[in-house]
Amino acid sequence: MPKLQSAAELEKFRAEILAKRDPAKPCIAVCAGAACDGMDSAAVAAAFVAEADKLAAKLGDKIEIRTTGCHGYCEKGPNVVVTPGDICYFEVQPADVTEIITATLKGEVVERLVYQDPKSGAKAVHMNEVPFYKHQTRLLIGDNPKIDPMRIDDYLAVGGYSALVKALTTMTPDQVLDEVKKANLRGRGGGGFPAGSKWETTKNAPEKTKYVIVNGHEGESAAFMDRAMLTGNPHKILEGLIIGAYAIGAQKGFMYTRHDMPRLEKHVRAALAQAKEYGLLGTNILGSGFDFECELHFDVGIFVSGESSALMRSIEGNAPEPRPKYIRTSVSGIWDKPSNLNNVETWANVPQIINNGADWFTSIGSEKSKGTKLISLSGNVVNSGIVEVPMGTPLRTLVFDIGGGVRDGKTLKAIHFGGAMGGSIPADLIDAPLDFDGMSKLGAPIGAGGLLLMDEDTDMIEVARYLMDFLVKESCGKCAPCREGMPQMLHILTNMTLGKGKPGDLERLEDIAEVTGAASLCALGKTSPDPLKSMFRYFKPEYEARIVNPAGGSGDTK
Amino acid sequence: MSEIALKIDDKEVKVAAGTTVLEAAQQAGIYIPTLCHHEKLEAFGGCRLCIVEVESRGWTSYVVSCLYPVAKDIIVRTRSEKVDKIRKVIVEELMAHAPDAPELVKLAEVYGADRNRFERKESFCVVCGLCVRYCDEVKHLNAVGFIDNGAKREISFIPEVAKDVCWECQECFTLCPTSYAQAAYLLTEALAFPGQRKVAAARAAKKPNKSRVIPIAAVPTN
Repeated sequence: MPKLQSAAELEKFRAEILAKRDPAKPCIAVCAGAACDGMDSAAVAAAFVAEADKLAAKLGDKIEIRTTGCHGYCEKGPNVVVTPGDICYFEVQPADVTEIITATLKGEVVERLVYQDPKSGAKAVHMNEVPFYKHQTRLLIGDNPKIDPMRIDDYLAVGGYSALVKALTTMTPDQVLDEVKKANLRGRGGGGFPAGSKWETTKNAPEKTKYVIVNGHEGESAAFMDRAMLTGNPHKILEGLIIGAYAIGAQKGFMYTRHDMPRLEKHVRAALAQAKEYGLLGTNILGSGFDFECELHFDVGIFVSGESSALMRSIEGNAPEPRPKYIRTSVSGIWDKPSNLNNVETWANVPQIINNGADWFTSIGSEKSKGTKLISLSGNVVNSGIVEVPMGTPLRTLVFDIGGGVRDGKTLKAIHFGGAMGGSIPADLIDAPLDFDGMSKLGAPIGAGGLLLMDEDTDMIEVARYLMDFLVKESCGKCAPCREGMPQMLHILTNMTLGKGKPGDLERLEDIAEVTGAASLCALGKTSPDPLKSMFRYFKPEYEARIVNPAGGSGDTK
Repeated sequence: MSEIALKIDDKEVKVAAGTTVLEAAQQAGIYIPTLCHHEKLEAFGGCRLCIVEVESRGWTSYVVSCLYPVAKDIIVRTRSEKVDKIRKVIVEELMAHAPDAPELVKLAEVYGADRNRFERKESFCVVCGLCVRYCDEVKHLNAVGFIDNGAKREISFIPEVAKDVCWECQECFTLCPTSYAQAAYLLTEALAFPGQRKVAAARAAKKPNKSRVIPIAAVPTN
C-alpha cells in the first residue's frame, strides 16, 4: 500500500474499498472481546472460518467471517452478529456454526439461538429489538461489530478518518479547538473536566514541544469499556488523537495503556503501523504539512499509574509516583513540556464532533453533560456488559430496561459508581439521571463509568472494606495520609466485618476519612474515603449496628 | 527577579518569585511544622504536616507549603481548625509507628494528638524518606532506598553498597526522626556483612581529619 498523499487520494481509496464490498453478501461477526474470548469465542470463530472455507471450495466465496472487538452484551457471549439485518445470536458454540451458516445462506434465522425474554418467552431477532441494545445510543461502540480491528480498511469502510480529512483540509487548528469547546466535551476518565479548556491550556503554553496522550490505563475496578474501545476500534481513538494534536499543535503522541492485555497490544500496534503505512501518521499527513508521530507505552501494573502526573512520570521512564499539580500537566507534563492527557473515550468522541458539528453533539445528553457515555454494567445484574446511553438517561433505564434488573429475582439495595474511589447510593435514588454533576452531588460520581449493582444481601461494610483493601495495595506510599490512613481505615472496617467493632470506631473512621481526603498528595488518596463517605451518608445505621455494645452485647456480624 | 507580596497569618510578606510558601514563612519568622523537609534536599511533599490554608481569589484550598509557590495577593493561614485537625490525625497515624519519637511527641503536644489512637504498627519508620533522599541527592551514594509500595513501603540499605560506604558516613542517622535509619543499617550489617565495619573503621582511621558523624539537623527540644 503506497502512502496516501492527499485527502482526495484517501477518499478515492475509500471508494475503492466500498466498491469491492457487496452489502448484500452475508457477514458473520464473531465477538472477540474480553468476555467472549474468555468463553472461547476463538473456537467459534475458527469453526466459522473452517466451515466457510469448506463452503467456498464448493460454492465460491459466498460468506465473510469477521473477528471483531466487543459487541457489548458480555453476559450472553460468545456473541455473533449476522449482517445484513443485524441478526444477533447468543451463547454460540462451535457446534452451532454449520446451522448458522446454512440458515444465513438461505436468508433464514436460527430461532433457538436468538434472544428470548426470560419472563414472556418472546423472541427478538434483530439488534434493534433486543432489549439490551434497543434502549442504547451506540455512537461509539456501535461500529465494533462492523470492524476487524486488525484491518484499517474496515475502519475506512465505515467512514473512518473522514473527520481527520475534514479537520486538515477545511479547518484551522483554532476552528477545531473551537468546535470541541463548543461541543462542551467533558473528560470521560472521571473528572468531567472540559476537554476543550484543557486543550486550550496546552495549546497556549509557551513551549514549542507539546505532547498529547491517550490514557488507556483503566485501572478503576468494574470499568472495562475503554479496553473494549481500544481493542475493538483502535483507529477511532487514534483519529481523535491526531485531530487533537493538530488543534493543539503537538508533534508527538503517546498511547498509554495496560501491559496485561496481549490482544489490545496487538491491535494498537497494528493500528499504529497501518496508519503510518497509509500516511495518516508521520510527516506531512495527507499532504497537509502537519507532522505527527504516536508511540505505544505500557503501565507498570499499578493502579496509580493511571493518575495523570504518575502516568507522565512513567512515560519519562521514572517510577509512576504522582507529583503535586500546583502547575498543571497541561502546562508542564512529560519532560516539563505541555502535555494534554485525555481518556480513551474522550478521544473517541472527537471524530464525530468534527464530522457532525458541535450543535449535533450538544443536542445529545443532559444540560451540562453532553453526548453519550459508555458504562460497564456488572455486579448483581441480569445483563452484564458494556452499555452506551445519552448523558442524562435515568439510572432506572440502565439498571432495569438495559440491565434487566437484579439477578435471581432479588431486590436492589444499592448502586455503586466509580470503583474504589466512587460511591454507593441507595436503590430509592434509581431515578437520578446519569450526569457528571448530579451524580457527584449524590456522592456517587460516575468516574470512568463502572456501574456495580448490589442486591439486598450485600453487606455495605464489606463493600467498603473490599474497596479499601484494593486501594491499600495500590497506594504508592509516598505521602503519609494515604499510606498510613488507608490501612488504619481498613483495619477498623475489617474488625467491624468480624463483629469486633469498638466504640469510637466510627469517629476514628470519619476523622481519617476527612484527613486522608483533604491532605493526600494525589487523587488516589484524596478520593479513597469517598465510598466510605457515601456509606456514612446513606447506610450509617448499618454501620452503627456493627459496633459492639459497650454494655456487653456483641456487634452484629450479619 | 520580581518580588511577590502575600499575607501569612496577617503578616505582610514580600519574597522573590519562585519561593515556596514554607520558605516565605521561614523568612518571615513564622513557624510551620515539617518532618520530611530538609533545606539541602528537593522538596518532597510526603509528610503533609506543612499543609496550610491558602485563600486565592476567594477560593480556599489546602496545600503543602513546602511545594506551593507563592503567588500575588494570596492569603496563607498556617493554623486553622481544619489545618490543626489534619496535623493532629497525621501525627496520630505516625505515632502508631513511633510513639516516642521526640519530634512527634512535641507535635502531639501542640496539636493534641493521642499517641494510642490507632492500631500500633510493627515498624518505627515513618517513611519520611530523609535518609533515602539525602543519600541520593547530597551524597550520591544510593546506599539506602525505598522498597515496596503503599503501607508496605519501607527503607532498606542495599548491602552491596552499604558495606563500603555507610560506616564512614552515617550522616543519615542524625537526620532520621525515629532513629530507624541507624537500626536498619545495623541490622543489615549484622545480616549481610558482619565484621565489615572493622575493615571500614581501619580505613577511616587512616583519614584522621574526617569527622565520622556530622549532625545535620538537631533534634528539636521543647
